[in-house]
Amino acid sequence: MPKQPEIKFVEGIVADAVEDVVYRMCPMHLMRLEERMKELRKGQILELQTDYEGALVDIPDWCRKTGNELIGVEDTGEFFKFYIKKTVD
Amino acid sequence: MLRVYLDHMATAPLDREVLSAMLPFLENRFGNPSRPYDLGSEAKQAIERARESVARLINASPGEIIFTSSGAEANNLAVRGLAKANAGRGMHLITSEIEHHSTLNAFRSLQKEGYVVTFLPVNAYGEVSVEKLESAITDSTTLVSVMLANYEVGTLQAVREIAQIAHERGALVHTDAVAAAGNIEIDVKKLGVDALSLSAHTMYGPKGAGALYLREGLRIVPLIYSGIQEEGRRGGTENVAGIAGFGRAAELALKHLDKVERIRWLRDKLIEGVLEVEKVELTGHPEKRLPNHASFIVESVDGEALMMALSFEGIYIGNGTACISQVLRASPILLAMGYPAQRAQCSAIFTLGRETSKRDIEYVLSKFPDVVGKLRRISPLWNE
Repeated sequence: MPKQPEIKFVEGIVADAVEDVVYRMCPMHLMRLEERMKELRKGQILELQTDYEGALVDIPDWCRKTGNELIGVEDTGEFFKFYIKKTVD
Repeated sequence: MLRVYLDHMATAPLDREVLSAMLPFLENRFGNPSRPYDLGSEAKQAIERARESVARLINASPGEIIFTSSGAEANNLAVRGLAKANAGRGMHLITSEIEHHSTLNAFRSLQKEGYVVTFLPVNAYGEVSVEKLESAITDSTTLVSVMLANYEVGTLQAVREIAQIAHERGALVHTDAVAAAGNIEIDVKKLGVDALSLSAHTMYGPKGAGALYLREGLRIVPLIYSGIQEEGRRGGTENVAGIAGFGRAAELALKHLDKVERIRWLRDKLIEGVLEVEKVELTGHPEKRLPNHASFIVESVDGEALMMALSFEGIYIGNGTACISQVLRASPILLAMGYPAQRAQCSAIFTLGRETSKRDIEYVLSKFPDVVGKLRRISPLWNE
């Protein structure tokens, strides 16, 4: 298991688009993340909902690799809401 | 000897056009649909084409179709998957006493996991009581599952009304449409259901292929865990040939829906002729029933004995849902409808198909009285 990066937990972020992959199996969270980010403009925010705990590692990694910004994660108790800001074209 | 197959609820013959649609994927086009090269992408395209055809049959969007291995898996996925996905809201579930075993047993498995399940009773026609649903439903009910048509008695359920009542209380609605598909028009939007199960083999498609319609935006907990197949909702390398065949079967089912009135006319001739034999009673609703379905109680004649005796004359009928008839003598569905056990053993089910002809029905009616007469003469229950 790779070392879990530091994650900022947040509340009340308003996103420009929402993608719900709760209960969908890995790697749907990454596939849908990539697809939806392509549709957004620079500066817009995606809220990605998933119950997959591995996303706590994968999504920060994906953001680091692609240069997009992970604003933070909200834990609803049932699933996570990842807020990702498109910072690169 | 003529062969007349009237057991289409158990399975229908594979349509030749369906076989043609399947064969390439059992021969040269064997690629895994998850691979991006041409062998994979052409398999993927075949699946997506089939998804469009199955969606069109029920007026859904392609993204709302999840392919499964059977109608039973679709029922299991709907019942367990929706109950689990909504457990945070409530643990009460509602179904009927006359569902297929794949629905009933999925609910029973949830009872062992702490869910509370109400099994709604039916009337003498096999209709689920809407009033009983209204009194059973609570704010913690998350799912109501009632079949669109019953396999054994052909009765159509008031699914649209059931969906309205359930939605008013915030519950989701699933319907098992395996018996109905291909025999009546199905429109998920008009029905107002959230999930609907289908099977390919009862509509001239292959065995081993089914589908669950799941309304867009709903979450479902998977039954089979793997990866990206079916958008992460049903794991396992896809049954490409089976799915391609299912797609073609759905297109043909839609095309042949205009044959329903001819089938209904033949079915009515059959009912009329069969009822001429003394002490034979139609089961299920006389009007609100599948147009290809005729079911009877033939007094003092064991249903299985009748099924076998008619098969020796080249006539194939059913005597209960395939998985029930081998284990239990009496039909649980007829028992739920209030028939005593002794009469519930005397079930005979004739289900017509689009290839059924007038000559077939005349042949059945020429043999049926004699076969019943012979069996009654050796029946200890028959009292002339």
